[in-house]
Amino acid sequence: MGRYVVRRLGQLVVVVLGATMILFACLFVLPGDPVGSIGGDKARDPAVVKELRAHYGLDDPLVVQYVHYVEKLGKGDLGEDYTQGRSVNEILQPKLVNTAKLAVTAIIFDVILGLSVGVLAAMRRYSVWDVSVTFLTTLAVGVPSIVIGMILQRFFVVELGWFPLISDGSFNSMVLPAVTLAIIDAALVAQIARSTMLEVLRADYVKTAVAKGLPRRTILTRHIMRNSVIPVITYLGISFGGLLGGALITETIFNWDGIGLALITAIQSQNNPIIVGVVTYSVAVFILLNLIVDLLYAALDPRIRLS
Amino acid sequence: MTEVVTGMDGSGTTAAGPAPAAPSAAEPSVARISNWSEIRARFLANKLAVFGLLIVVILLLVAVFAPLIAPADPLHQDLMNTLKEPSSKHWLGTDALGRDQLSRIIYGSRIAMIVGLASILLACFIGITLGAIAGYFGRIWDTLIMRVADVFFAFPLLVGAIVIILLMGRGVLPVVISLGIFSWATFARLLRSQILSVREMDYVHAAKALGASRRRIVLKHILPNSVTSVVVYAASSVGIAIVAEASLSFLGVGVSPEVAEWGNMIFAGKDFMGVKDYLWVYPSLSIVTTALGFVFLGNGLRDALDPKLR
Repeated sequence: MGRYVVRRLGQLVVVVLGATMILFACLFVLPGDPVGSIGGDKARDPAVVKELRAHYGLDDPLVVQYVHYVEKLGKGDLGEDYTQGRSVNEILQPKLVNTAKLAVTAIIFDVILGLSVGVLAAMRRYSVWDVSVTFLTTLAVGVPSIVIGMILQRFFVVELGWFPLISDGSFNSMVLPAVTLAIIDAALVAQIARSTMLEVLRADYVKTAVAKGLPRRTILTRHIMRNSVIPVITYLGISFGGLLGGALITETIFNWDGIGLALITAIQSQNNPIIVGVVTYSVAVFILLNLIVDLLYAALDPRIRLS
Repeated sequence: MTEVVTGMDGSGTTAAGPAPAAPSAAEPSVARISNWSEIRARFLANKLAVFGLLIVVILLLVAVFAPLIAPADPLHQDLMNTLKEPSSKHWLGTDALGRDQLSRIIYGSRIAMIVGLASILLACFIGITLGAIAGYFGRIWDTLIMRVADVFFAFPLLVGAIVIILLMGRGVLPVVISLGIFSWATFARLLRSQILSVREMDYVHAAKALGASRRRIVLKHILPNSVTSVVVYAASSVGIAIVAEASLSFLGVGVSPEVAEWGNMIFAGKDFMGVKDYLWVYPSLSIVTTALGFVFLGNGLRDALDPKLR
């Protein structure tokens, strides 16, 4: 286990370094002269331009700039925003918290709804319930979040007025974006939970447990649930990265003040440090989550010897 | 879709030893190739799969023959007839610039199909090439390629795509390239893991013993027997790419805003929500139908090619 963690961390460093190279290349090649947008009209003065270029280290060789960038990144410093002159971290952190709230709510929703629906469907196989679950989850997978978001907003905001149109950060305004974010994954979780449950129900150790006369409850929690939950966890870990992508859409539709909306706004105003900051955050979160999923995996399934 | 993503850590790097799943995963693939009629029969017996195929074929026809089907020029503005509800003249109404919505949806299928197919073809090309090299040559190639794949895998699809589009500017080609670049990693991983098991099969050893060239072994023996899961994944990926493309346009970073494209249309209709719902409902329906078509087709192919995967 210890060796596995070390090896995974080693891989992590390689991935992070690779990702920073791509990000740095973006920072460097993104259209628009950073100095031009900072100084406004004043930047036309060669002395000011020179000063600013020196301030941001734009005249150093590329490699030196990259090393500086990685050094700063290592300290968690994402640089300075071009338009407000505030640190990117300061601007993005509250937004990151907002997105995290949204994502965590969505994941909780996925787990509760997806697992219970999937498990019930498996336990009453071929019942009306099971068939309709299969049908609905297949349909839900094909409905993209833009469409889900638009439909939910049309009915629950415009028609019924249950939720605010412009989000104010309250729990009430988080419900719809979280549901939008969660529906597709909840459907997939239900499908995965159903099929693994069916497999586990047939397994020898379950038969043994039944034959031993263990109480239903114990069999369900100790034998069945624990073994069915592994694929679901894998899926959720992967889908978290997708949630960050999906947050772009849901936050735009529902005006949720998270990093997705920040990214879209930054693109419109060509605010490169914010763009690179958001991308860095999402990559870092995704990589970390993958590691956590792998470790959870090991904790849940002793058969996975993590070779 | 799920079986694709389970191999998260590219572990087992250069080890030649077959993965635990090797025999069961590869055995059916040997018989599979020679049984096209059986595969076809299994596919045709699956109603949902046939339905998916039907949707995809119709969409392709609509996309190809758009100029013949569309009642009007999708870019023609009729400022005297803006925001008209659906009528016999404009079956799906007109938008804020008086453009015929039906024609825009029909032309929108072109963008969807071009982007969906081209970006996945690109992803397949990169993924199959690199995955085959990693799987067959192993060693340093394997480590190198799989670590690069990890890097690309660490970017959420939309976020990665946006970065490339910012570098290249908006348009169809940048969208195709950006989606392709951030989709190949899964194909490479999938193919590599298949090859790792197939290359230990007896017929590969036999070919080697008979003195077949490396090229021949890879192209004639290994690739055909390991490519099934890639094909299946590709079919459902087209739908994912089409949805991603519409999402990018919806976010204002896809094709240019005046282009007749479904994501653009939904975005334009968003401001009229509750007042002129037909503006965003029909393009939404188009996306859903297309995505479902590819999902059904992909699932059908999976079940027909390898019933064990079900």
